[in-house]
Amino acid sequence: MAQASPRSTVEAAVKPISRRPASSAPWPLNLYASAVGKKWVMAITGVIGMGFITMHMLGNLKIYLGAEELNHYAEGLRTFGAPFVPREGILWMLRSILVVALVLHVHAAFSLWSANRRARPVAYASQRDYIAANWASRTMKWTGPIILLFILMHLMDLTFGTWNKDFISGNVYHNVVALFTQLPKVIVYLIANIALGIHLWHGAWSLFQSMGVNNPYLNALRRVFATAFALAIVAGNVSFPIAVYLGIVS
Amino acid sequence: MNFTLKVWRQSGPDVKGSFETYQATGISEDMSFLEVLDVVNEDLIEQGIEPVAFDHDCREGICGSCGMMINGQAHGPGTRTATCQLHMRTFKDGDSITVEPWRAAAFTLVKDLTVNRSALDRIVESGGFISVSTGAAPEANLIPVPKVVADAAMDAAECIGCGACVAACPNGAAQLFTAAKMQHLNLLPQGQSERYQRAERMVETMEEFFGSCTNHGECQFACPKGISIDVIAYMNRDYMSAKVKNRKLSGQS
Repeated sequence: MAQASPRSTVEAAVKPISRRPASSAPWPLNLYASAVGKKWVMAITGVIGMGFITMHMLGNLKIYLGAEELNHYAEGLRTFGAPFVPREGILWMLRSILVVALVLHVHAAFSLWSANRRARPVAYASQRDYIAANWASRTMKWTGPIILLFILMHLMDLTFGTWNKDFISGNVYHNVVALFTQLPKVIVYLIANIALGIHLWHGAWSLFQSMGVNNPYLNALRRVFATAFALAIVAGNVSFPIAVYLGIVS
Repeated sequence: MNFTLKVWRQSGPDVKGSFETYQATGISEDMSFLEVLDVVNEDLIEQGIEPVAFDHDCREGICGSCGMMINGQAHGPGTRTATCQLHMRTFKDGDSITVEPWRAAAFTLVKDLTVNRSALDRIVESGGFISVSTGAAPEANLIPVPKVVADAAMDAAECIGCGACVAACPNGAAQLFTAAKMQHLNLLPQGQSERYQRAERMVETMEEFFGSCTNHGECQFACPKGISIDVIAYMNRDYMSAKVKNRKLSGQS
């Protein structure tokens, strides 16, 4: 449908903030062109991220079983799918899905954020009194970038090892212990994980709305799920630096 | 009761506006907020000052004209009330009350507290209707509608188009309005034939003028009719269906 053209001076006084694409792109690009479609993409990529973060946390719990168990698990990720796929084949496939999901999530977030800023160019002059918009939902634009920077740092620390003085490729247990004996790193990881928990607490609820998963029988459970999920992830993740720093894992 | 009112004054869309402080004295607790503005305006007229311009019509909560931000909340602190249903007993004697117009790119300011809400009409024009042959009204019981479905559609149809959802939304999104106007038709048998065209057109027209939903949930509490954000989820679902359904079978061009 073409852009509705104004037919009166009253209508003409209201200018669109976004222009519709001139021609409609093939599916699914036409979906991504709309804000509702972008929210779908954010929800789906968010679910991919949540799946990753769950497996990442659960896998890391092996640290409590000792060096051999954790390093064996890490090696298992590389040899996963053998002998049908080359070494690290599945790992790189999963990694590429994660990278695509992350890029889409960040791009959609940024473009929605900038459109939302255009939607209210003049801010309220008086103090707003929010009823429902909570601290988590209004800080998504801050917790998001914090998590993004943290992911980069985390890769430098424990995947590439460039920012880890005592890095031995393949010896995950040793690398983690070497990293978390430094107090500044422990503090940064704790802060980042709390930001992640806040982001998840809103995101894990919000994705149901974005994808139209709404059922009066189940709606109350959506918040319960988001709270339980965020708490479980943060509790697991935060335990690693603390355990190493306190010498429980060494 | 006596109140100190800080009211936004702006003589036109391109002029700089500011808050002016007015005293409202001898106010009855049974007065509505609009009646307080009437009292203030009478004083201003007697003093030879231009009265405060604000939208109002039915003054019984069904027209959706009287939108304004009162103490940082759309339609003020009452739940499920339009400004005309906000009684002064909600406030304490001697309170200072700040009044500001709706703020959104699509709600261009006309004067003082009055904004242009025609962008909402553009959304309805794009699909918020059912195409029927005109003529004599059809027999009311010709198409049976289950009670729960009629109730759900009526909950959405309660929308009076005041724009409080846009005003309250931190993103300036019109999702609750659009979803309510769409779902009261999409839930009924009469709305099925144009369901997915409607979803596509209304969402895309909305996005030309308004921000997008980040699920704060602020709108459902600002809504004077208490419309739930459930309708937004149904709209998101219908929009996705509109994009993935077989366009021939769903009657789309």
